[in-house]
Amino acid sequence: MNLSRTLKASSLLIGLGVAGLMLASIACGNHAGGIDLGVFRSRHKAASAADAEFTKHLQEQLILATPGAVIDLPEGRFHVDRVLSLTVDNVTLRGQGMDKTVLSFKGQTSGSAGLLVTANGFAVEDIGFEDMAGDGVKVNGATGVTFRRVRAEWTAGAKSSNGGYGLYPVQCKNVLIEDSVVKGAADAGIYVGQSRDIVVRRNRVEQNVAGIEIENSQHADVYENTATRNTGGILVFNIPDLPVKDGQYARVFRNQIYANNAANFGSPASMVSKVPPGTGLMIMATKHIEVFGNTIKDNRTGNMMLVSFYATEEPIHDAGYNPYESAIFVHDNAMSGGGTDPGTLKVKALALALGKPLPDILYDGIVDPQMKGASGGLAGDDRICIQNNVGATFLNFDAAGNYRHPDRSLEPHACAFAPLEAVSLPDTTPAPGGGASANGNE
Amino acid sequence: MMICRKASRAALGLVAVTLLLACCGGERGVQPHVTPPFPARLSAWRLFTGKPAGLHPNHGVVPYDLNTPLFSDYADKFRFVWMPPGTSAAYRPDGVFDFPVGTILSKTFAFRTEPNSPDRLIETRLLVHAKSGWVGLPYVWNRAETEATLDVAADPVPVRFVDDSGHEHSTNYIIPNSNQCKECHAQYKVMAPLGPKARNLNKTYAYADGAANELVFWTRIGYLKGSPDPSAAPRAAVWNDPSSGTLEARARTYLDLNCGTCHRPGGAAATSALYLDLASSSEENLGVCKPPVAAGRASGDLLFDVVPGRPEESILVRRMESTEPKVMMPEIARTLPHGEGIELVRAWIASLRGACVAAAPPGAHRQSVQADPHAARPGFGEPMRENMVAKLGP
Repeated sequence: MNLSRTLKASSLLIGLGVAGLMLASIACGNHAGGIDLGVFRSRHKAASAADAEFTKHLQEQLILATPGAVIDLPEGRFHVDRVLSLTVDNVTLRGQGMDKTVLSFKGQTSGSAGLLVTANGFAVEDIGFEDMAGDGVKVNGATGVTFRRVRAEWTAGAKSSNGGYGLYPVQCKNVLIEDSVVKGAADAGIYVGQSRDIVVRRNRVEQNVAGIEIENSQHADVYENTATRNTGGILVFNIPDLPVKDGQYARVFRNQIYANNAANFGSPASMVSKVPPGTGLMIMATKHIEVFGNTIKDNRTGNMMLVSFYATEEPIHDAGYNPYESAIFVHDNAMSGGGTDPGTLKVKALALALGKPLPDILYDGIVDPQMKGASGGLAGDDRICIQNNVGATFLNFDAAGNYRHPDRSLEPHACAFAPLEAVSLPDTTPAPGGGASANGNE
Repeated sequence: MMICRKASRAALGLVAVTLLLACCGGERGVQPHVTPPFPARLSAWRLFTGKPAGLHPNHGVVPYDLNTPLFSDYADKFRFVWMPPGTSAAYRPDGVFDFPVGTILSKTFAFRTEPNSPDRLIETRLLVHAKSGWVGLPYVWNRAETEATLDVAADPVPVRFVDDSGHEHSTNYIIPNSNQCKECHAQYKVMAPLGPKARNLNKTYAYADGAANELVFWTRIGYLKGSPDPSAAPRAAVWNDPSSGTLEARARTYLDLNCGTCHRPGGAAATSALYLDLASSSEENLGVCKPPVAAGRASGDLLFDVVPGRPEESILVRRMESTEPKVMMPEIARTLPHGEGIELVRAWIASLRGACVAAAPPGAHRQSVQADPHAARPGFGEPMRENMVAKLGP
């Protein structure tokens, strides 16, 4: 464990005296002894002295950092017993590798996250965060967020006592999450909520309730991720009762979404607890979504679901909320092996009636009354377009009509939209073009 | 109240000091700092005179307290305000007063280890109106109580103490780090004080030279301009004094002070759309029949933040009762549950009328949902136990 490096960096920052505090006097001094009240020894098992020292110095570095600072963490495994936090803009926190620099929060005694960030221009790289009491890394209200080669993991596997979210930007703008790994989140492994301009790419999410969830957000590119062994692989949701609504515009492409068949261990009050075990990709109550080039297979309830918020069976009190899905284009994906063992009673019932396996793409057929066309379905630019999906079968299960007229025909969905624009983040190479396929015309 | 004990000691000093102030112009007066670097030692500010632990206020340092305070593990708190000579805060009816640059708000946290022992000082938090804005500076007292030292990321302090009711507690008291100051004090990322608002200061304080309303006293000594007569100023309820307000008023005030600093627009918990501050609450914002957004397991299998008439089914109560890091609320500022505050909030929720309509949790029977024609539409969730096969037909 190379603590000296950390201490040196801390001393340097402090020596500069730039953080607005009188740093020299508090620098690294061992004043812990000074606050020993001598009342009684803690009944809590203290972390080792080195870990305590590490924690204190890391938190000091995070507080005293100046904009532009890079805080390097050494290789090693450090036990951190409290939430860390950062409020200084443009700081990078960098380790030596997601399996080499590990912050373990096992037995965390305070705080509802591992790291809490409320600063713009934040980047975290090459660090593993383990066994947080609550969420992993939460970034709230920031412009410019980068997670790169970060791991957030609850090491005991899928347990309901795990924290909710692994990598958790909320109400942020310009979010990049790449080459990271999240395992064991009791809600969503990678959760981007109430945010805009988002790229989530090349990550691996396993053993979470939801692997990746984009919620109430606009302009997201989710690509080349691997989602497996979750309850649901990738979710794009728009839900009520949040300050930021109107989630729309997302591209989900070239992801590997397979065998997301884990039991749902989410809290009953959580939105993800509604996700049936065995869900590959679920698009709910949102619009302007393009799904292409994905390989989605072996998800036992359904490889892909396109549903309104009514699928949750939750009442809606939020007058400003639109519960319907529209303007969705699903093309050039490969799907197989799904629907073999549906994970909830209702979908099981569907399977009993229709025979197993269930089709790959399950559409609830619930249409916004204001968008209803002559045929009773969506029309024009509001349609659900589905084409050129290799091996993919389809079912409109007619939830709107109480399941009376399930329809396997793709004919009403034989249409295409122009490709959505790639999300462009400052200083980040945009996603290579994908968009509509060459034969994507009606 | 025990808090008065030391504060009145401090107030005694104030009398002498204000007399001195009149004659001598504040020699060796408070030493303000409005730009960094800020002193490493509390004594450098010269807020107090004499034996440091006595907290005897220096010239112009005025003790105050609030109608309803934040609960901080039963710590006794000693608050003082100082403003540069010739300056004053501008009165505002709702928000925190508009304090001049140079203002120092000082809050010292202390515990009694025995029912009648003197308070043992743990930390003094300064909130300083620097040129660049408000800055939070946590100073930690040494064992001998001769000095407190700036520590931006202090370790927890094990304490054992007795509360006002004589109950013994022990805990690892958490001194918030200077980032955590912002978690409560920042709104839209701008730091500001929380306590010194008209409604919180509209109360009588036992100054050494006689009891006076704090708004009146501040006005008299030139610290406040524009304040109306206290009878025309808002006045917050005292959370534990039924004569000060209705059950609802006291509970809402308690929630405002203890929860509303984060649970307000622009606050740290604004992403949840649960607002508990007095200014911006509606029934839905207050959590009545509001499903949690990101509470996860912290909701403890409960479905709504507040269920009218049913405190035991309200996530709000459950999280106030908890001491688990990811469940407990507030997330910081306490490690112990505040039993008396919880009782107040429980009583308020018990008094609310109405019912929440919800899909039943797995295994329970679904309640009827008639109000919303869409809500009864079938989806594919677990709760519905209807025979779908029959409905599907061929």
